[in-house]
Amino acid sequence: MMNDTRPDPDVLLEAVSDEEKESARGRLKIFFGAYAGAGTTYAMLAEAHRRQESGVAVRAGVVETHGRRDTGRLLDGLSVQPMRTVRYRDCALAEFDLDAALASDARLILVDELAHTNCPGSRHEKRWQDVHELLDAGFDVYTTLNVQHLDSLYDIVAGITTVHVRDTIPDHIFDTAQVVFVDVTPDDLLERLQTGKIYPAETVPQARQYFFRKGNLIALRELALRRVADRANSDVRAYRLHHAVQTVWPTRERLMVCVRADPRQESLIREGARLAERLQAEWTVVHVDGLSAERGTARREALRRLARLAEDFGADFANIPGEDVARSLLEHGRSRNATKFVIGPGRPSRWKIWRRPLASRLIAGNPSIGVIELGLAGAPPPRAAPRSRAGGGVVTPLILATLACAATTAVAAMLLRVFDLSNVVMLFLLTVVFVALRLGKLAGAWAALFSVASFDFFFVEPRWSFAVSDTQYVFTFALMLAIALVTGQLAARLRADARAATAGERRATALARVARDLSTALSVADIAQVSDRTIAPLFGVRTSVLVPDAEGRLLTGEAASFVDPPVARWAFEHGAPTGLGTQTLAASGALYLPLRAPLRARGVLAVQPVQGELTVDPDDRRLLDACCVLLALALERIHFAEMAKTTQVRMEGERLRNALLSSVSHDLKTPLTAIRGLAETMERARDLEPPERIQTSRAIRLQAEELRRLVGNLLDLARMQGEGVRLNREWQSLSEIVGAALARMSGSLADHQVVTRLPADLPLVELDGTMFERVLINLLDNAVKYTPPGSRVLIRAEACGGWMRVDVEDDGPGIAGGDPDRIFEPFTRGVRESAIAGVGLGLALCRTIVAAHGGDIAASGVDPHGTRFVIRLPQGTPPDIEQEDIG
Amino acid sequence: MTRPRILIVEDEADIRRFIRLALEREEMMVFEAGTAVQARIEAASRQPELVIVDLGLPDEDGKELIQDLRNWSSVPVLVLSARDREEEKVAALNAGADDYLVKPFGVPELVARARAQLRRASIVSGGGPSSSIARFGAARVDLATHQVTRADETVHLTPTEFRLLAALIRGHGKVLTHRQLLLDVWGPGYADRPHYLRVYMANLRQKLEEDPTRPHHLMTELQVGYRLAGLDFGA
Repeated sequence: MMNDTRPDPDVLLEAVSDEEKESARGRLKIFFGAYAGAGTTYAMLAEAHRRQESGVAVRAGVVETHGRRDTGRLLDGLSVQPMRTVRYRDCALAEFDLDAALASDARLILVDELAHTNCPGSRHEKRWQDVHELLDAGFDVYTTLNVQHLDSLYDIVAGITTVHVRDTIPDHIFDTAQVVFVDVTPDDLLERLQTGKIYPAETVPQARQYFFRKGNLIALRELALRRVADRANSDVRAYRLHHAVQTVWPTRERLMVCVRADPRQESLIREGARLAERLQAEWTVVHVDGLSAERGTARREALRRLARLAEDFGADFANIPGEDVARSLLEHGRSRNATKFVIGPGRPSRWKIWRRPLASRLIAGNPSIGVIELGLAGAPPPRAAPRSRAGGGVVTPLILATLACAATTAVAAMLLRVFDLSNVVMLFLLTVVFVALRLGKLAGAWAALFSVASFDFFFVEPRWSFAVSDTQYVFTFALMLAIALVTGQLAARLRADARAATAGERRATALARVARDLSTALSVADIAQVSDRTIAPLFGVRTSVLVPDAEGRLLTGEAASFVDPPVARWAFEHGAPTGLGTQTLAASGALYLPLRAPLRARGVLAVQPVQGELTVDPDDRRLLDACCVLLALALERIHFAEMAKTTQVRMEGERLRNALLSSVSHDLKTPLTAIRGLAETMERARDLEPPERIQTSRAIRLQAEELRRLVGNLLDLARMQGEGVRLNREWQSLSEIVGAALARMSGSLADHQVVTRLPADLPLVELDGTMFERVLINLLDNAVKYTPPGSRVLIRAEACGGWMRVDVEDDGPGIAGGDPDRIFEPFTRGVRESAIAGVGLGLALCRTIVAAHGGDIAASGVDPHGTRFVIRLPQGTPPDIEQEDIG
Repeated sequence: MTRPRILIVEDEADIRRFIRLALEREEMMVFEAGTAVQARIEAASRQPELVIVDLGLPDEDGKELIQDLRNWSSVPVLVLSARDREEEKVAALNAGADDYLVKPFGVPELVARARAQLRRASIVSGGGPSSSIARFGAARVDLATHQVTRADETVHLTPTEFRLLAALIRGHGKVLTHRQLLLDVWGPGYADRPHYLRVYMANLRQKLEEDPTRPHHLMTELQVGYRLAGLDFGA
């Protein structure tokens, strides 16, 4: 009898040898952080001090303080081991001195930065190998590690930070060590960074630009937390593997309802659901897919209905392959921490009377898992249900077997002239084996019977009768029958194995392909494409991936036409499969599967069968669920990458705003100072002569004008940043806008000579009148500021080649050296540090507005001197205007 | 001749003060109100010939005050507003205002607008213009005979151009919004086609203004509407 409690020998051996080593081996404690500067070294040193105070001999093998003062102070009082100096290509490098540590009499060694790569020529390539040796030698080791140094997270981290970490450690080191997570929030970290607690002040800006972006930090922390949480789960499993494999942690009741592929087993699932609810237990439904079992449509349909029912009750349905039902159940139960098996009444097998009932085999196999046997009320008495067989599937092999036997008989009749009867019987045996092998057990048995009958009838004396004179032929008959049955059984098992292997192979290949395609996806659109190109053909369906917006509402705008938005939203919000083939909104034409990632649902996969019904083969369904998980993970990865990016963009905007603020405050204070000074002068000097008084108040007015323009530009900029450039486009007459701009600028332009050259038949152009007026005002203002009084300002427009071109030109001194394009950058002025007010905001604003119209603006010099701004706008086709009769 | 009575509704005392000083220099009698409540009392008791209203009052939106005022008075209303959003201006004009000034504005501009509104009001209250002849700049328009001349030379206007010009003249210097003009000249089907106005206004300027790109009479209020400045009646 098999012993279910016996663990896999290899696992046992490994555990035993681990345990043996463990007693002599030192313990590794990892202080684990999400990013550099989290304070792992600090935490390690603090803990080391505590250990030292409790009497443990501590030695600091290598501690990297990175010049951090707080950390360095903690080294006081610890025995610090000098570093070993290694020469490498003309430089002296300091490395951890492994031999000195091994020779020391300390109990606990501190080895900072586990992922460090030793310089060439050292004993081990990596520091973790040094640590390994220390542990083997019986030393306890404290070390530090950041999440980006874990092998398994390498790709993800590189994706988030675009920094490729060279130093990584294998995950099993992390998984077998004791881990202390040293947490610090990104905000606190950035504050520490800013105050120079992490890196010397001069490298801070660089660090912030690359690794220490807030978005990166948030994502890394998430990753580290998740990795630690995963470890906590695997700790329980590892402990179980360690301590007598059969004992199940009875943390909570976990029921496993075991069903047969029989529609009547639905009541077993219902009963199981009630039981689970009473016990407050988690539960799953399991079916053991016997490899030799027939695969009729009725059986598949029954399984499908059972699976659906289980899912409706909120249980997972597992269809596990296995020839021996009890053993498969026990294995599965143990791996899932089941506490109770729930089984229905057994089905006595006419042919297997010697087998013990399932319940007692389960109990014998693992006494720690209880068995609840439910006698199902209303269920028909447990009679062996006649196996439902599709007509053609059974009759055809029997006919073929009959024909084969007939042919054998004919051949045997011929051979009998040459060979002995006992040899000819071998031919029948061959036929039986062949039939059993190719056509199954039943056909084999039939062939055995038929062969024996015809052998007896045609060849055994007395011929032409079923009577047997020689008793030794009775033995031949029995032997042939037995061989047929055994062969058939073997062959069936072989075929089932092959079939299961093929199916498994197909699933594994499909999953691998999906995973590979998803790994290269960089956007939601890419993921949708993978779903369309790789997943959809797999199941013969159409798919559509729906994702939520920033507020967590599902976006259905771009979904495929078959998607029913309310149903998709329901699936997303309730996190449950919805639509076709489920109990919720089943009238829908498609199935909606929530894409659940570890943190939250990332979207919905809508699945619509290309024709007719959705195949709900449990195996296919499991594969589909696996694909959903892969999709969800890919979506989550993209979400985090995007989060890092948008945080970056936001910070860039903040930086710009700050620069703007400091620049603006200067330009605001200049006119304010002038106004205040001038006004005070007027206030005090009562005897100011009228001409002087007029001059002073005029100066105040001009300064106020300047202030107004500046504030106007600032407000525009703020509005554009806040709401984006919102254009109110209409078909405008350019000359009208030029006229409005000139009217508004009439005061400032009084000393300049303005010339306009706008053809009377200039077509209308579609633009935002107010915005474009701002552009012209800023250009005119620019001309006024940078040209002496009396200069000429020319405004010219023409339509040519699909573009409307507007020139604003002056004959002033022109743009001071350098790239004329530069003046469109915010805060740039042609002449440095001039007394002329204006942040240079105006031209930046011009460029933004013109670009929003789909046009461009450029500056150039004019011969012999002067500046020309050229604006080009797409002309478009103005709307028709009904012509009227000239009356 | 009696001095015209002006009511200023503005909560900022300094602004009220300089407006008062400027208008008093123009021989006008000025009353002040700092809130909408006070403004209602002043408007009823003083019977002003022009009300200058700031849109941002502490107790009420200036637009509501204008609407109230319009229920019982046709006194011209000049709006002051720091909000330079076009929608705001259009809303104020639709509420019944006649003209608007965006803060910060200059004194000469304020005085000119106030005078124009007073003149218009006197024409309206006098039972309409005494003559069918309107003049602005070098242009002369006879509304009765549809005769238009510029510097004594006959100008040919199409019927639509003439209807548009007549509508502007009927406005007597009031700002007419795009919508008002489109409804008046073209009819309800054209209310959302401001490009018609732009084309016809350009034509009028070509025919009547000295420098069409720098008009002195057919003024554009960008994104809001048009206004005819410097209008006079009589032969």
